[in-house]
Amino acid sequence: MQKLIRIEPAKCVGCKTCELACSFKNVGEFVPSRSRIYNEVFLDEAKFITVTCMQCDDPWCEKACPKNAITKDMSSGVVTVDDVKCVGCRTCVSACPFGMIKYVDSTGKADKCNLCGGDTPECVAFCPTQCLTLGEEDTPLRQKVLRFVNTMKDGQMEV
Amino acid sequence: MDKGWKGKLLRVDLTAGTCKTEALNEAWAKAYVGGRGLASKYLVEEISPEVEPMSPENKLIMATGPLTGTYGAANGRYMVVTKSPLTGTIASSNSGGYFPSELKYAGFDMIIFEGKSAHPVYLQIHNGKAELIGALHLWGKSTNETEDAILGEFHGDAKVACIGPAGEIGVHYACIVNDKHRAAGRSGVGMVMGSKNLKAVAVRGTGGVKVANPKAYRDAALEAYGMLKENPVTGEGLGALGTPVLVNVMNQSGGLPTRNAQSGTFEGAEAISGEALASSYLKRNKSCLGCIISCGRVTKLVDNKYAGAGEGPEYETLWALGAACGISDLAAITKANYICNEAGMDTITAGSTIGCAMELFEKGLISEEEIGMPLNFGDADAMVKLIEMTGKGEGFGKKIALGSYRLAESYGVPELSMSVKKLEFPAYDARAVQGMGLEYATSNRGACHVRGYLISPEILGLPEKLDPAETDGKAGWLKTFQDFTAVVDSAGVCLFTTFGIGVPQFTKFCNAATGTSMSDAELLEAGDRIYNLERVFNLKAGIDPSQDKLPKRMLEEPLPDGPFKGEVSKLPAMLPDYYEVRGWGSDGIPTGAKLQSLGLA
Repeated sequence: MQKLIRIEPAKCVGCKTCELACSFKNVGEFVPSRSRIYNEVFLDEAKFITVTCMQCDDPWCEKACPKNAITKDMSSGVVTVDDVKCVGCRTCVSACPFGMIKYVDSTGKADKCNLCGGDTPECVAFCPTQCLTLGEEDTPLRQKVLRFVNTMKDGQMEV
Repeated sequence: MDKGWKGKLLRVDLTAGTCKTEALNEAWAKAYVGGRGLASKYLVEEISPEVEPMSPENKLIMATGPLTGTYGAANGRYMVVTKSPLTGTIASSNSGGYFPSELKYAGFDMIIFEGKSAHPVYLQIHNGKAELIGALHLWGKSTNETEDAILGEFHGDAKVACIGPAGEIGVHYACIVNDKHRAAGRSGVGMVMGSKNLKAVAVRGTGGVKVANPKAYRDAALEAYGMLKENPVTGEGLGALGTPVLVNVMNQSGGLPTRNAQSGTFEGAEAISGEALASSYLKRNKSCLGCIISCGRVTKLVDNKYAGAGEGPEYETLWALGAACGISDLAAITKANYICNEAGMDTITAGSTIGCAMELFEKGLISEEEIGMPLNFGDADAMVKLIEMTGKGEGFGKKIALGSYRLAESYGVPELSMSVKKLEFPAYDARAVQGMGLEYATSNRGACHVRGYLISPEILGLPEKLDPAETDGKAGWLKTFQDFTAVVDSAGVCLFTTFGIGVPQFTKFCNAATGTSMSDAELLEAGDRIYNLERVFNLKAGIDPSQDKLPKRMLEEPLPDGPFKGEVSKLPAMLPDYYEVRGWGSDGIPTGAKLQSLGLA
């Protein structure tokens, strides 16, 4: 089974700790513009949305890459950029419909989330509200279904 | 010098219309940490303490700390330092949100504004490049409108700090609002900004903040986050109920100053409590950058005669616009809070001044004709109306705009202003919480709670429980709290973290970030240095030690109700101790030896 970062927007408080933790681990400094996870804050609506690469089963970026620099590991599920093969052509950047792979000026390479390469992803480790979790099973989805089911149950009359 | 600190400051000469980058003074940064301390050092070196606050010769400094923009505790703060037009003391007002960190990401530790622009301008900063832009089209606009307009014309991801109409028209307690809902609130820093014809600062930065020892920094962060999570105040209370958790707590303690501090309990407290807010207008809680406490109250008024949305009210606001005015209408308070944020004015002084005006009205010192309406305690509609008039500079609002001291003085009763050094005290009665009274009397910016928050030990029992009625030992506690707070404000961290973490955690953070090897004692000594630097500035500005006092009501009128019924503040018993533990003379003036030991002589 493949592990994924599960995101529950309702738990987010807009602290951007995920962006800070990601960039500190992967770039070596606190630089949110280089984060591989994005915590967007909508002040007026009081909504906080966090997105990152969902490690697609059939990734656009992988298919688009003319140098075969992007591969999906079938056991871990992680989609990785090989910095040696990457020529910085940005084809993957235009291919990804979600904007979750970007070109980095300072390295000349494409950059994306790799789930911290086997460690617990740093964003998950530092998320203060457990808005972010890592798991094989989609536990947040199960909890949502159960909430809905319980609402239905409470509304049922005895027959 | 690029670890923790960025090593650069931006100097903006508004008279000449120029922006220049300078290297940060490294020796000063080490001695004064950053933020409040370092900005105060620059201010002291660059202006005369006797400067007229509203003159071009006064300077306005926006300063981050070495930890701003990093993770670890709640490291997203900055300070605005200037000479206050409200108090005549040094002013330093703190705010969080996202703007402070963006300034670091754009490459600057601080901005020094000097002179005065001939016409309204705002400052645009984009990754190390700075430029003044005409702001005539923004003048008169609310803080919300200003931010939206700048995001539209400059950069959608920019972070904005600005003044509202209150800062333009000279409300003496105008604030500087950033990220729409966070404010460098007290002391009238927004009035100084307005006097310079500076409407806003907009920043976009894609750079980062490096630290000297990443491994040690990460370890310190894990330790601090763990402690904050486990602490009942930072891990649970502030997130669930925000600062308004204190309404019921302080009311039960008999220390909720009600109707201009005529009593210490409010019969309407429950209706304006954190619990009431959570079950009505609260939409959700929110954090500033890098904060795991998330005390921000995102609220919306619906199906009510008052409509609107925004952040707050916080505890002090619920008190100022509520209990201080005898008002228990939560919708009206929330609405008045929004108006204050949009006009850009401090809710504490605004509410306390209206409470003072209500007492003057009920005592027959101000007539209905002069105000344009009756102004009795408890009249929520009148309060909202008056807040609106103040933000617009209309009618009697022009008098409310002066703050309670100048208002009460103009009617011959300055003693009815609940203030010290012309800054109104907030939501804790000095007769019920003795240490807090000492804090009000000695805080370097007037009667302020966030220079030495002794409520933490005296009421909340953190880090240990002290008897609020006791006076012995309070001076020593207060000095430690004041010195530590100066460090926290200077590092760029939120004061609320100190419910859960202490000096050792800050030492680890500061050392790992900047590469210094300070001991806990040396870091606290930096706080002492900052405190004395501010004190000396105030003394030279003419704020002599006779101003270390409390309103007569606190000293002579016993509390009529609550657990501390019959009590007055015992300030005279504590003040000599305080001067002594500070190493000052019995006249309240820092001795030459003390200043020498801190490198200030």
